[in-house]
Amino acid sequence: MLEAEGIVKRFGGLVAVAGASLRVGRGEIVALIGPNGAGKTTLFSIVSGFETPDEGSVRFDGAEIAGLPPHAIAARGLVRTFQIVQPFAGLSVRENIAVGAHLHEASRRRALAAAEEVAARVGLADRLDQPAQALTIAGRKRLELARALATRPKLLLLDEVMAGLNPTEIDAIVAVVRAIRDSGITILLIEHVMEAVTRLAERVYVLSQGRIIAEGPPASVIANPAVIEAYLGHGAAARLEGASHA
Amino acid sequence: MSLLLPSIINGLTTGAIYALVALGLTLIYGVLHIINFAHGSLLMLALYAAFFAKTLLGLDPYAALPVLLLGFFALGYALQRWVIDWASHGRDQNILLVTLGLALVIDNLALFFWTSTTRTIDVPYAFEVVDLGVALVPLPRAIAFVGALVLAALLWALVGWTDLGKAIRAVAREKEGARLVGIRVEHIYAMSFGIGTACVAAAACLLLPTFYVTPQVGYAFVLVAFTTVVLGGMGSFLGALVGGLLLGVVEALCGLFLGESLGQIGIFALFILVLLLRPTGLFGARLA
Amino acid sequence: MRHWVFGAALVAALGVVPLVTSSEFWLTFFLMALLFALLGQSWNVLGGYGGQFSFGHALFFGLGAYATGILQVRHGVPAWPAAIAAIAIAAAVGAALGALVFRYRLRGSYFALVTLAFAEVARILVASFDYTGSGFGILIALAPGAGNFQFADRRVFYWLAWALVCLGCLVALWLERSRFGARLIAIRENEAAAQALGIDPLRTKTLALALSGAIAGVAGVLYMQIFLFADSHIAFGPTMSVEALLAPIIGGLGTAFGPLLGAILLHALGELARHATGGAPGLNLVLYGVLLIVMLRFLPDGITGLARRRARG
Ligand SMILES: Nc1ncnc2c1ncn2[C@@H]1O[C@H](COP(=O)(O)OP(=O)(O)OP(=O)(O)O)[C@@H](O)[C@H]1O
Ligand SMILES: [Mg+2]
Repeated sequence: MLEAEGIVKRFGGLVAVAGASLRVGRGEIVALIGPNGAGKTTLFSIVSGFETPDEGSVRFDGAEIAGLPPHAIAARGLVRTFQIVQPFAGLSVRENIAVGAHLHEASRRRALAAAEEVAARVGLADRLDQPAQALTIAGRKRLELARALATRPKLLLLDEVMAGLNPTEIDAIVAVVRAIRDSGITILLIEHVMEAVTRLAERVYVLSQGRIIAEGPPASVIANPAVIEAYLGHGAAARLEGASHA
Repeated sequence: MSLLLPSIINGLTTGAIYALVALGLTLIYGVLHIINFAHGSLLMLALYAAFFAKTLLGLDPYAALPVLLLGFFALGYALQRWVIDWASHGRDQNILLVTLGLALVIDNLALFFWTSTTRTIDVPYAFEVVDLGVALVPLPRAIAFVGALVLAALLWALVGWTDLGKAIRAVAREKEGARLVGIRVEHIYAMSFGIGTACVAAAACLLLPTFYVTPQVGYAFVLVAFTTVVLGGMGSFLGALVGGLLLGVVEALCGLFLGESLGQIGIFALFILVLLLRPTGLFGARLA
Repeated sequence: MRHWVFGAALVAALGVVPLVTSSEFWLTFFLMALLFALLGQSWNVLGGYGGQFSFGHALFFGLGAYATGILQVRHGVPAWPAAIAAIAIAAAVGAALGALVFRYRLRGSYFALVTLAFAEVARILVASFDYTGSGFGILIALAPGAGNFQFADRRVFYWLAWALVCLGCLVALWLERSRFGARLIAIRENEAAAQALGIDPLRTKTLALALSGAIAGVAGVLYMQIFLFADSHIAFGPTMSVEALLAPIIGGLGTAFGPLLGAILLHALGELARHATGGAPGLNLVLYGVLLIVMLRFLPDGITGLARRRARG
């Protein structure tokens, strides 16, 4: 459903993404992990049209989308959330979600009704009339998710929707994300919370310094020495190996 | 052809004043990230201050310069700290509106108290000239040119090489970060606004001997200053300096070839074009 | 809900003004307030709902006034078609300006500056050519008659202005209840987030500017037909741009009835100032400036915002 090939993105002298490729098939939950600054968010921004890649192609449902503006990509059913939450601060939770619902729903009444439904799915039902800025960080992450979901996407890109949440909240979101997938929406998520990744994802890509260094089922990827090195620094895999033998 | 060189020199001397006004504006923009719509009004106020210093106290504008510099620094500091910041709750769009409100108040109070009469001062050296070989330059214009360049250099040194400048640059780049390392952001905002306003006072003192003052005079200048700042890149010192000189020359040449009234349109047209085509200015660099 | 009722009551009360007073002074006073409420509503559509602060709305007001005047005086177009054409021109210029300015992503200070510059260019151009009346302005010959869009009876103009203000409020209420309005408000609140949800900012803001231009054009046309005269300073001058933004900011940005409330208040204050000072020029603007600053400090959401806060708690 999504094929990104050889994506390169430079910011001045810094190469944020250095030839990364990934594929997501219909109905999958795929995770994109990697150390801080690896280029994960930048890759999302390219796929969703907020940045144009310097090289590479992005195909969605068989059509090239690199270079299209974000709204056009969203209209095709590829919708992202933001790592740094971007609520419509002055609007209520209901109005926030309704903006998403309006993508395919011209009627205000039906968009507001859809907002209520979506809020129930992500656990915001009792906050509908609160202003978005009154929400806790967990609430705002849910709101990001709810707004994107309300657009009725085919592919949802979730950028760290679990960062900063406590274990109970993470449990809740994991269940929500799984339910979203079961409703027929494909999911690509960036996540640092490994426990959530292993519980949710069928496949994992590991991005490090702008390159995909490993790909596969969560268990095998996490055991991959290259991945451990990327996270913990050079020689870490060998040290861990030594430690477990001692 | 014989008119061309004097015209360019004339344009450069005007351009130096534009640059000075624009430097103040660009400093304020660089730090507060808003356009100070009251900048022209403050220039007008400074021109009146210099005018009254001369007519009431007999103080020559050049002698009044240090006093006005300090006075307008204090005024700018106070305006930012106790009016703009006070009223805007730190919201960008509100800051914009507050400076607009200030411009309304200052302009119309001036109109009320001083009427729209055009006023000039008489100075003994008004008609003295400096012979550059290729052209004769009126002495006050030569002084204005040199003075503006010296002040621009001082400002540049202040922001580039002092502790205050370091703090200003830190706030310009990342105000929350600056706050975390113990910089008093409100104070730095006000200092920047004060320095920006002092620039206008200096421009006024250098300008008055060869110019006039009316309550509307700031308006004409502020549009040129906006253009300069946009042309040079918002927040860029070098840009403001070069942009100001360039505009002075463009204006003088337009005046020479097209006549006065179309010259004004030329500036606006340039302004809109630059805004649309290159909103980061010719010198994209920022203060930070 | 309560402020909606209050707004409707205000509008209704204004509708009966000509029935309760025959004073020329009060009729003119409220007529002018209505005219500037309309202009304020135009600014509110773009600035209040869309978050794009224009400092040059005189451009559209002036286009409305001048286009209708020139079409009648220079081309003999009958008044009503001229009025329609003038409004269409104002809307078209709004659309063109929006397409140009928003394409280059000018926002905040930049947008304010560029609108101001366009208004100033228009003012200077209009004052430079004989076709546009150069320094003298445009004067429409007095010829009372409904067909000429000229009414000897002030009350007719009053009710017309009133009806148009009602229409303006309806447009604002529509924005609060429609997909287009939701999109516009979303852009005001957070443009990146709006884009991520499939909203095209360029298109939405451009349409808003066209709509805003049209409404300001209506105000300009009405002004021209009432006074049968406008010059470049009145119609395209910065004072008009300031009036356009003051009413909604004081009354309540992004609210349907805020511009009306603000316009009435402003004109009451302006009138008081004129009386208190014996008509000194510019003092009403001093007052407006002070009011703007004080309002931003104490009532950043305008008077409507205050009413809402009261209603909540
Ligand atoms: N707009 C930008 N301009 C310049 N540099 C940028 C920009 N966006 C990102 N970068 C840089 O690109 C690199 C990759 O950033 P990115 O946000 O994609 O990382 P990430 O993998 O999402 O990290 P994290 O896990 O911390 O969110 C970083 O070094 C970052 O500083
Ligand atoms: Mg990231």
